[in-house]
Amino acid sequence: MAARKPSEARIVITGVGLTAPNGNNPAEFRKSLLAGKSGIQKCNIRYMGEVLAGICHFDTLKYQKKKELRRGTRAGSIAIYCAQEAIADAKLDLACLDKSRIGIYLGITEHGTVETENEIYEIKQFDYNVKYWSHHHNPRVVANNPAGEVTLNLGITGPHYTLGAACAGGNIGLIQGLQMLLLNEVNLALSGGVSESTGSFGIFAGFKSEGALASHPDPEKACRPFDKDRNGVVVSEGGCIFVLERLSDALKRGAKIYNEIVGYAINSDATDFIFPNAERQVECIKLALNKAGISPEDIAIINTHGTGTTEGDPVECQAIREVFGEYPHAYINNTKSFIGHTMGAAGALELAGNLPSFEDYLVHPTINLDHLDPECHLNNLVINEPKKIDKVDYILNNSFGMLGINSVVIIKRFEE
Amino acid sequence: MTKEQIKDTILEIIAQIIPDEDLSNLKGDIPIREQVELDSMDFLDIIMELRKRYGIEVPEDDYIQLATLDSSVAYLEPRMREL
Repeated sequence: MAARKPSEARIVITGVGLTAPNGNNPAEFRKSLLAGKSGIQKCNIRYMGEVLAGICHFDTLKYQKKKELRRGTRAGSIAIYCAQEAIADAKLDLACLDKSRIGIYLGITEHGTVETENEIYEIKQFDYNVKYWSHHHNPRVVANNPAGEVTLNLGITGPHYTLGAACAGGNIGLIQGLQMLLLNEVNLALSGGVSESTGSFGIFAGFKSEGALASHPDPEKACRPFDKDRNGVVVSEGGCIFVLERLSDALKRGAKIYNEIVGYAINSDATDFIFPNAERQVECIKLALNKAGISPEDIAIINTHGTGTTEGDPVECQAIREVFGEYPHAYINNTKSFIGHTMGAAGALELAGNLPSFEDYLVHPTINLDHLDPECHLNNLVINEPKKIDKVDYILNNSFGMLGINSVVIIKRFEE
Repeated sequence: MTKEQIKDTILEIIAQIIPDEDLSNLKGDIPIREQVELDSMDFLDIIMELRKRYGIEVPEDDYIQLATLDSSVAYLEPRMREL
């Protein structure tokens, strides 16, 4: 075990706000994950027709006026909902806080694609005459938009920006918030990730052209990581924002402390635009374990990144076998099998789905796993039914993305 | 379009742009922006809607003509009369 750090150098989670295709708060989301309830449905996408997707059904008017919704973006709306829910969950009264010391750090896979496609579609009706191009375009597509909309909604004047990190974005938003707290740049971080990818035909079409867009007659069975019959990604939207604080501050205000972030790592494959690299994933997992000062046998649950692609899943399984092969204690699951790939939100959202395990000692499964691909064999893969376990001290969360960006976060049960 | 239809059309466009506002008591002779929350980006939305729906171009120098509901009707009437 590593030596205990001073409370100013320990970063804890004190609030969670989320929207997923199968739940609009942590309790609903957890209930769905334990009940095996998928959030994947059929929907129609411009030029594509019927596709399968994970759509969130949160109340958009809970924290926004209709005009804000019209002017802003879906990612902004998701971010505002998650940020407000997280602040409420953390029992923070913004009126009593120094809003210049709150930072907003949101991971995104991409941003602006949806809005650009919409505008091009719109001016097509006018023979591509650009005088019909919206004056709202630029503020909608700037990369900081989702985080910036949160500042406008909440009157937060501290730093805000997004972190473009493909599908590792959610974890990286969390890591950025942690680092800014450690640097004492802010007193409170709203950290996580968001995605509005289901609004973009290009994202669906891109996966389809790669031969990596999932299809299945039953939408709820379409996302099937590690299964022999998996055939690709289910594109989803979603968001998850955590309230992060230094332990010293959280204790001072008597906050309910959920967990502590003790390990994290980010590295790059430097090998391919799309295909992952097991060697670099192994390095990333080991870096995070080292940072946490623990060994593989300490990990109770691994949330896999596995997206359900033919090529990607076996690579991650190979990396996990390499690190955890000699320590077959960790139980392994997959959250995308329920909600599809929430892109920039995935890292944070999937982590939020697993954190209740510290309380209920249940590991939600990976669903839709009917015929395990031998290349995806893992010890203690939790299949189709939740598993009750005796000990949950550490949870490890993998999140990887295109261009070879890898991220790992390790969360520890909170002990003063 | 009659003047009354033009007025209803303008009100309908404004309602679409600022859906949270109550327009039922909007006075015709007082600047719209003094009565409801309507910022410069919203105003550009009105200009864009007129362009998209009716092909009407309002030059920037004429924006002042759209300050009140009454002046808007008066300004747009010659352009919308034949619609």
